[in-house]
Amino acid sequence: MTLVESYQQPETKARSARSDSVLLDVDNLHVHFETTRGMVRAVEGLSFDVKRGEIVAIVGESGSGKSVSALSIMRLLPKMTGRIPHGRITFDGRNLLELSDEEMREIRGRHISMIFQEPMTSLNPILTIGLQITEPLQIHLGMTHEQAHERAIELLGLVGIPDPARRLEQYPHQFSGGMRQRVMIAIGLACNPKLIIADEPTTALDVTIQAQILELMKDLSRRLNIALIIITHNLGVVARYADRVIVMYAARLVEEGVAENVFHKPRHPYSMGLLRSVPRLDRPRGAKLETIEGLPPNLAIMMSGCRFAPRCPFKIEKCAEEPALLRTDLGGLSRCHRHEEIAAGKLAWTGGGGGGEVSAARKTTPLLSVRDLAKHFEVRSGLRGSGGTVRAVQDVSFDIYPGETLGLVGESGCGKTTVGRLILKLEQPSAGEIRFAGTDITKASAAEMKALRRKIQVIFQDPYSSLNPRMTVGEIIGEPLHVYKLAAGKREQHARVQELLQQVGLRPEMAARYPHQLSGGQRQRVGIARALAMEPSFIVCDEAVSALDVSIQGQIINLLEDLQRRLGLAYLFIAHDLAVVRHISMRVVVMYFGRVMEVADRDTIYAEPLHPYTKVLLDAAPVPDPTIEKGREPRLIKGELPSHLAPPSGCVFNTRCPLASEECRQIVPPLREIKPGHAVACIKV
Amino acid sequence: MLRYTFHRLLLMIPTLLGVAVLVFVLLRMMPGDIVELRLLMDGGQVSPEALATERVRLGLDKPFWLQFYDWITGIMVGDFGTSMWTGRPVIEEIGSRLGLSLQVAVMATILAVSIAIPLGTISALYKDSWIDHVVRIFAIAGLAVPSFWLGMVIILLLLYNFQWIPPLTYVPIWEDPIHNLSQLIWPAIAVGYRYSAVATRMTRSTLLEVLQEDYIRTARAKGVYERLVISRHAVRNALLPVVTVIGLEFAFLIGGLVVTEQVFNLNGIGKLFVETVTRNDYTMVQALVMLVAAFFITVNFVVDLLYAALDPRIRYR
Repeated sequence: MTLVESYQQPETKARSARSDSVLLDVDNLHVHFETTRGMVRAVEGLSFDVKRGEIVAIVGESGSGKSVSALSIMRLLPKMTGRIPHGRITFDGRNLLELSDEEMREIRGRHISMIFQEPMTSLNPILTIGLQITEPLQIHLGMTHEQAHERAIELLGLVGIPDPARRLEQYPHQFSGGMRQRVMIAIGLACNPKLIIADEPTTALDVTIQAQILELMKDLSRRLNIALIIITHNLGVVARYADRVIVMYAARLVEEGVAENVFHKPRHPYSMGLLRSVPRLDRPRGAKLETIEGLPPNLAIMMSGCRFAPRCPFKIEKCAEEPALLRTDLGGLSRCHRHEEIAAGKLAWTGGGGGGEVSAARKTTPLLSVRDLAKHFEVRSGLRGSGGTVRAVQDVSFDIYPGETLGLVGESGCGKTTVGRLILKLEQPSAGEIRFAGTDITKASAAEMKALRRKIQVIFQDPYSSLNPRMTVGEIIGEPLHVYKLAAGKREQHARVQELLQQVGLRPEMAARYPHQLSGGQRQRVGIARALAMEPSFIVCDEAVSALDVSIQGQIINLLEDLQRRLGLAYLFIAHDLAVVRHISMRVVVMYFGRVMEVADRDTIYAEPLHPYTKVLLDAAPVPDPTIEKGREPRLIKGELPSHLAPPSGCVFNTRCPLASEECRQIVPPLREIKPGHAVACIKV
Repeated sequence: MLRYTFHRLLLMIPTLLGVAVLVFVLLRMMPGDIVELRLLMDGGQVSPEALATERVRLGLDKPFWLQFYDWITGIMVGDFGTSMWTGRPVIEEIGSRLGLSLQVAVMATILAVSIAIPLGTISALYKDSWIDHVVRIFAIAGLAVPSFWLGMVIILLLLYNFQWIPPLTYVPIWEDPIHNLSQLIWPAIAVGYRYSAVATRMTRSTLLEVLQEDYIRTARAKGVYERLVISRHAVRNALLPVVTVIGLEFAFLIGGLVVTEQVFNLNGIGKLFVETVTRNDYTMVQALVMLVAAFFITVNFVVDLLYAALDPRIRYR
């Protein structure tokens, strides 16, 4: 077989004939990367189209090839390693892959714009915002400096940045993350493009800001008739905005269809599993998350047959053959031999389900009791040296009972991580006390603390940077055993490490591996095993699952719940994802700007939130159901987090609160118990 | 910004004072003193009385703290004293050589920067190509070859090929530019090569790093001309660490060119340093160390100001 033949799929191109309304047509795209591990086939045989003014979402986990496809359309793949051996990308009648570099440059920013994931690093730190917006205007449209300046002011107004003329003179670091993403959108819109590709445009942003940005993008796309490709792993985002959805798995398109169909009637087992493994705000909370077991395949290794088969509960013999992309009963596409059976309702997802309710064993004495906790940081701002106090945490009180999970939610900068650090005594509080099993941690001596540290453990957010890269997994898990002399001798330590690995669902031979040889989910399991080695009774989970892919996230959450049931652990679960917190927590504390806004039982807080901030937060989080999402009018919270150096007077939320009145600017509302176990810090409730 | 500048200038005083104490104490811990060295040098017989008188004349009989006090108060009013060996004012001794050292340093810097930034940039842009390899060989060789050896080679080449050697006497540039330049360009090349090698490698590696940044991808996604992506978006960001290296190397060139100055027979600060240390000439050594320290501090300060000029994140915080 020649090289070209090998790319020709036997499948029929089961898509509607191209009409004039098709703006972008990607046909049988293959992308390869030369790496030290050999050639990685990052995208294989991807075909899809985007019509004018249409919003298409590409969904997939990391490594599924979604971002690489976007970069291929822009022809921005890394020059040294990336290669497109085969495929056509037709945009407005021209094959982009055949254009010269100069012709392609004329299209980028003029007809196709791209918005990237990280607003913090995507703008040049040493150039003014004004220059960065006017640059494409002057290059593509030949505007004079004055004309471009006028247009830039107009654009900033369009994306909702107040005081645009003054802001143009400023530099990126003077903007918040949300504002920078607005600037990126303004740059994207500058030359009236026909297509905008947004690669995880809101992943780095807070929920309330995410809602603002997505609403803005959708509105602009509709108003200016710009086609939009949104690349994301967040199914809620897709449900709210997309007309059509493309699901990718392991370099291939596995399902395509109208958003409503893909969400309600998925025709590929992977889509089915993905939808079931996310904790959801719009459904009753299940006892246990259903998960997709296993890991995505390694793309550096050639595979035959269906790529999802190793993780698929519906695997049959035929799955050893590569399935073609077939038209489904709903008019979409599915790469599954059994899509007809799925359509007929014969196959129901069974992967990793089951399990009982997490028992909420509340005893009378709390394990951890936090009272009036405060942490202030002295800051000196920059070269002028003018100082100030940042009140990162103020008047925070809560209890955690043995065997309980307390969820701590809030947006970035609300002080939730600081609370975790204070409990771990990584910081000394400015005021208040933290009692753990009767001892005040804040006043504990070094010797007392050493004993306490065994009982209080932590799991960090980033499994990539929180494990020492020069130690093997066995050494990482064994270190605390050695330090605290929990194992007599090498043999016992070895045995204990094996036991711990098994407890977190890792094979014993993993002990000899180094962290870089593991996947993100496996690393997080190692982090959990390391924490368990100390036989703690309490674990602080600081965003423990937020860096993981959806299908892996479900596995880790289930593991944490499982361990809790078996070992009677108590967790403080710090997270920004409301659905995840709802799934795992028994009680929830909502924080904003260093203060507790609301505390209640999980079911109460999600069903009957009382504080306006909690309501806004729940509203802003999109749920993976297009019918709900498209039907509801988004109630957007206005504005952004106030500056910590100039905190609002009175209630900290008054600057953004829909109910705020003059009174709210005067009084700091105390946390009042409205009903037993439900406390709210708001005078309007 | 003004306040910051003023603040930094104030901070220089305790730093310099620390250097003063250190050099003063260290010098006096060395065995022997200038009086014995000078009077007994030729193996002659000198009476102890004569030695004592000489010590009194130089003020070496006073207690340490008083000597230190005299010296420091002198510096405050700009009086660095006289050389204990030649008897000429220290300012005069140093002044006549500082011009030369400074000129070599400035010339070497100009040479190094104008070679390093383009070479480093090209090398990064064509990473792993033959151009990159040539540049990297050039840079590694620059780090490996000692400046004085390169200096000797230069002189020998000039001699063999053109039967010409550079002038031996120093004439300030405003008196006879041609004479001056034809003397000093060679040492500037000899030390500038190493200097440019350091800066080339720095430029290459920081530019490679910057080219991976998200904002470079953004610039390309906007359809900015590749030329502009490099010059406006990448190189300016890559220059920040290069400025630090250039500053440190520049400060080193004042007083650090001991051997190279010997090779070219230049009466610079480096040569003076060696002479005065071997003579135990306390006042001269102290003044020279203070000069070099002040130089390092000033250069660092200037580098920080340059940083602020290049990076708005430092400017407006």
